[in-house]
Amino acid sequence: MSETLPGLLNYWVAVTLFVFGLIIVIDSRNMIKKLVGLNIFQSAVFLLFITMGKVTDGNAPILAEGVNNFSNPLPHVLILTAIVVGVATTAVGLALVSRIRKAYGTIHEDEIYDKPEIEPELVP
Amino acid sequence: MGQLINVVMDLGLLAMLVISALMIIRNHSPLTVAILSGIYSLVICTLFVIMDAVDVAFTEAAVGASISTVLIMAVVKPGDEPVLKASWPSAASVFLGIATGLLLVYGTFDMPWYGDPSAPIHHHLAPRFLGQSGTEIGIPNVVTSVLSSYRGYDTLGEVVVIFTAGTAVLILLAGDLPVEDKSRVVVQLASNSIIKTILIRIIPLVILFALYVQFHGDYGPGGGFQAGVIFGAGLITHGLLSGSGKMLEVINEKWVTIGMASGVLIYGFVGVAALLLGGEFLNYSVLAESSTTGQHVGILIIEIGVGVTVAFTMISLFASFNRGRP
Repeated sequence: MSETLPGLLNYWVAVTLFVFGLIIVIDSRNMIKKLVGLNIFQSAVFLLFITMGKVTDGNAPILAEGVNNFSNPLPHVLILTAIVVGVATTAVGLALVSRIRKAYGTIHEDEIYDKPEIEPELVP
Repeated sequence: MGQLINVVMDLGLLAMLVISALMIIRNHSPLTVAILSGIYSLVICTLFVIMDAVDVAFTEAAVGASISTVLIMAVVKPGDEPVLKASWPSAASVFLGIATGLLLVYGTFDMPWYGDPSAPIHHHLAPRFLGQSGTEIGIPNVVTSVLSSYRGYDTLGEVVVIFTAGTAVLILLAGDLPVEDKSRVVVQLASNSIIKTILIRIIPLVILFALYVQFHGDYGPGGGFQAGVIFGAGLITHGLLSGSGKMLEVINEKWVTIGMASGVLIYGFVGVAALLLGGEFLNYSVLAESSTTGQHVGILIIEIGVGVTVAFTMISLFASFNRGRP
């Protein structure tokens, strides 16, 4: 059973997480939660890439005596940098949310549509 | 047997991942969502370890589980708590999600199975990197070799992106006037003397660990990205305990900005030095007499550049989000 079990399951979980992220981004009216949704969206792609890099009985790609079977290092490199860039872009998103709160006094989309802009002089 | 344990852990962690994502869908309180996303990151990082991506897991643990959560919590205010705490999403978005999901699942039927060594991905560049990097670059961690030498251009780009994001946040939040705002979770944290006593002693160890990760990245999992985030986390812990104002007394805000830029400059400088010594941009082999020594030196310096930019950007992000807060 262990020969076949993960099979395509990891990809399906990645798809599930992708869908969850999508649902949060569409459905949530709270902008902070929307950003968390985007992060889940993003991590689904990370999971997909890392799953592709795995080799059965492989080892972490660090060269050592007597180890010949390694998992693929390329997806690791791509995703490692993507994670750090991901937090940087999340921070930009959070900064925008912070500014929106300054201008409208709320981070809920529905309330923003109803409200006129308050304190416009604070917006650069 | 080892294989079976791997499979069981894989299944268990995947289930936990889906459950924590479901919890995030259901909950509407930003604070709960922030903490759940931290848990989610921790689970996915364990999953990365099982799939041999130790460097990625390291980064995810430092970034996703710690810094992201802290940044999100810095933006949350008590007024954000929704009237309705938990509910399922609307039917329309679920329908759209399921339709997308089914299309994507259809796409996965062409994918190679988990762990299949004959998958196309393992037969183009990877064998070359795994086979040659030991002699060409001379460091054991293939991820570091690829990251900082073979794909040095890419990594330079990533560092510039991080620097740009840090600058963007600085610009966006620059107009914020200092406001007295004691209504914060973090301030309550600092008033707990047990937490305070323990964390204050952990900070030097965290910074020491960051330096280890920085300089041991050639031989084990780690490198500039992880070290930078961990170093930043050390100072951010101080900021969480005593307020970002006190953190900026340890390290001046002006120096943080200079640090952000100098990491990128260090990286670029190595590239230019290689040019001046007759090689290509970022070809470290010409930096010393033997090509592997040159690679060692080059990788060491650019990793420091990466670490400096990442560390100071993280500190600057935290300081920006907490500006004017006690």
